[in-house]
Amino acid sequence: MNISLLGIVGYLVGIAALVGLNAVILVWLERKVAGHMQFRLGPMEVGPHGILQTLADGIKLVSKQLVIPDEADKPLFLLAPIVSLVPIFAAMVPLPFSETVQAWELNIGLLLIIALGLLNTLGILLAGWGSNNKYALLGGARAVAQILAYKIPLLICVMTIIMMTGSFSLRDIAIAQKDTWNVLYQPILFIVYIITVTLETNRSPFDFSEAESELVAGFHTEYSGMGFSLFFLAEYSYMFIAAGLATVLFLGGWHGPWLPGVAWTLIKIYSIIFLMMWFRWTFPRVRIDQMLSFGWKILLPLSLINFIITAGVLAL
Amino acid sequence: MNRPIQPTYTLDKVGEENFALNLGPQHPGTHGVLRVVLHMDGEYILQADPVLGYGHRMQEKIAENMTYPQALPYVCRMDYLGALSYNLAWVLAVEKLCQFEVPERAEAIRVIATELNRISSHLLWWGAFLLDLGGFTPFLQALTDREQILDLLEEITGSRLTYCYFRFGGLPSDVDEEWLTRVLAFIKEFRDRLPRYHDLVTGNVIFHHRSKDVGVILPFDAAGYGLSGPILRGSGIEFDVRKHEPYSGYDRYDFEVPVDQNGDCLGRYNVRMAEIEQSLRIIEQAIGSIPDGPVRSKVPKLIKAPAGEVAMAVETPRGQLVIYIVSDGSKKPYRVKYRVPSFANLSIFAKMARGQLLADALAILGSLDMVIPEVDR
Amino acid sequence: MMDCCYIKEVVKGFFSLCTGMRVTMGNVFTRPATIQWPRKAAPLPDRFRGHIMMLANDKTGFPKCIACTSCARNCPSRCITVTGKKPEGAKKKVADRFELDFTKCSLCGLCVEICPVGALDFSRDYAMASYTRNDFAAMDLLQGLGSPFKDA
Ligand code: SF4
Ligand code: SF4
Repeated sequence: MNISLLGIVGYLVGIAALVGLNAVILVWLERKVAGHMQFRLGPMEVGPHGILQTLADGIKLVSKQLVIPDEADKPLFLLAPIVSLVPIFAAMVPLPFSETVQAWELNIGLLLIIALGLLNTLGILLAGWGSNNKYALLGGARAVAQILAYKIPLLICVMTIIMMTGSFSLRDIAIAQKDTWNVLYQPILFIVYIITVTLETNRSPFDFSEAESELVAGFHTEYSGMGFSLFFLAEYSYMFIAAGLATVLFLGGWHGPWLPGVAWTLIKIYSIIFLMMWFRWTFPRVRIDQMLSFGWKILLPLSLINFIITAGVLAL
Repeated sequence: MNRPIQPTYTLDKVGEENFALNLGPQHPGTHGVLRVVLHMDGEYILQADPVLGYGHRMQEKIAENMTYPQALPYVCRMDYLGALSYNLAWVLAVEKLCQFEVPERAEAIRVIATELNRISSHLLWWGAFLLDLGGFTPFLQALTDREQILDLLEEITGSRLTYCYFRFGGLPSDVDEEWLTRVLAFIKEFRDRLPRYHDLVTGNVIFHHRSKDVGVILPFDAAGYGLSGPILRGSGIEFDVRKHEPYSGYDRYDFEVPVDQNGDCLGRYNVRMAEIEQSLRIIEQAIGSIPDGPVRSKVPKLIKAPAGEVAMAVETPRGQLVIYIVSDGSKKPYRVKYRVPSFANLSIFAKMARGQLLADALAILGSLDMVIPEVDR
Repeated sequence: MMDCCYIKEVVKGFFSLCTGMRVTMGNVFTRPATIQWPRKAAPLPDRFRGHIMMLANDKTGFPKCIACTSCARNCPSRCITVTGKKPEGAKKKVADRFELDFTKCSLCGLCVEICPVGALDFSRDYAMASYTRNDFAAMDLLQGLGSPFKDA
């Protein structure tokens, strides 16, 4: 493999642009979705239909003073948002947008994304611990407590798909769905996957570590300005990656009629993100112990049974 | 889920594994400047101590330093969500003390306005409760309907929140037919929209799990702590001042007092939802049978209440409000005492929160429907 | 654990979630309830209670107020300051100073009700903002009205 320095820089710039643009669009989309679901219009002032609102907010956030609490563990406090954000740049690398558009084809791309996804939790834990705030600490502890409950079903989901395709490469998985998308074979698995990634991205109804009405703002209670916006950026980028993974694993990647592959990928990704937003603006929050028992008692058996059945069918 | 209550817990154990958590006074879950010091063991609450008084305004003393009409606008500012009930209570108390007559039409309009206010208060509670549980959309869904009620009330009272519409001996101004038909139209429309509330929340499995069997109040405790309103009725005790000590012509209307036997958050929720429907019924009947006539009887401009005392109980959206006035015959009351429902209702929170998860405690607090300025007075 | 009831409950719960999502999707297609203020404004009802304002006498254009001070005495917040003089040759006094401390006013309307000559009314002005509260600490309600004392 020969990668030139220029190539790496190119990838980095491209991914950074993607992350930034994606966050701008998603924040705007989220507010629009929230607004319209609540008989409102959402942002309307900055730009047509408020499309530039996120930029205005971003400038405001960046220009704000970075407040570090006296009692905070300074290095950890500052490190946490970065730990949350940086893995995203790596996790975007193996994501294929079409047959040809892909930063780097990795034969273990799937594993990379899943492993890096865990680092998000580390960022949350660091933020919770470093802020030296009890609410933040509770938020961080909750994030860690729930990892196993969703990671195992998530991994089993992914394993099932890997079993069906026989490859860890996202590109191969997408190519294997040229004719029929996996979601048609595995509808239940798709639901389980969507639920687990909602958990993974800390989105309502599973936003325990933020839990506004309980923990004020959870792990980012003490963050303001830039730190806060980095967490925001991280959250939306994780959503993008999770939706991208769902697209590749279940919705056939870039396959679709008429439109070019990249367009299809983006349409699918944003549809899934829309679905996650729809959840958020519909449901009340689950209680954390209920979620844990839900993870262990429903998601895990469901995905396991599905796994076994799939294995059986494949063996026949 | 509930841990057994640990009666041996003492404060000096804090610092080992347990910690104290300051819930409020600035916390999204406390709906105002209420502070609760929670002693926690992880996510479980060992002890909850509400700290009150951040919004204390000496309402009783203020009323004692005002003439009777002057105190009116102050009374309405205690419970800003059910202002008309407070307004009504003060007006009724003084009317009872001075034996003023109130025309029947004024009584009917008072009932209509108060019940509209009750619905709007319950709607806001509905949204805020769901907000406590982490649902955002219900809040604004409730607000859109509440907005229509506010528009209606604004039209007759001139303000949107701290209404002050009732006067001694009746009302300052009449309502017209058109307003009444618009109220009826609103009722019809609102009835059509009520199923959406149930679809969005009541049937929702997450909501069910969050509220069922959470924060159970036994009837014995409910009565013992002096709870009232939907909380008392949610514990299976049928008591409603409107039914049992009717005032302002409530005895003329046919309505039920919804009761739920479970005593949990869901029970209180169901009671309030049923109450909204009963209020709609009352308004319909009141509009249907509204008599013609004046809306204000002759009362002296300078009100000097005869010496004596009076206690007037009114059912506010949150429960039983009692206004007690002692008069020495001058134009100012000698002593005023408010028995506010939220204060009594909050008193049981410390007991209920023990051994609960933090999330549950906030659900319980939400289901109690606190208005903190009313607690603090 | 995996008995039939349990599974039924899970399925039922799943459908209840779908119902909720249907409602929110329905919301998207209903007309928004908000108004894009200040581009559009909601209609003000007739009885809207803004801050109080002084009415002018139709004939003279002078303030209607006869400076009886009953509004000032009856105001629960004691936020009205009113003085008046008799213009030369007139029988009744006319206010030469009428100040409202709007920072204290509770918009209760007792002053409007109590005024014997109906000199006060609610203004329909609600979008008031300023960088300092002093702007509202002594609002001169006589501004813009004629006065018999102007030349003096
Ligand atoms: S509205 Fe009420 S508070 Fe305001 S000036 Fe008039 S009497 Fe005083
Ligand atoms: S009550 Fe009317 S006439 Fe008397 S001082 Fe006030 S505004 Fe003037």
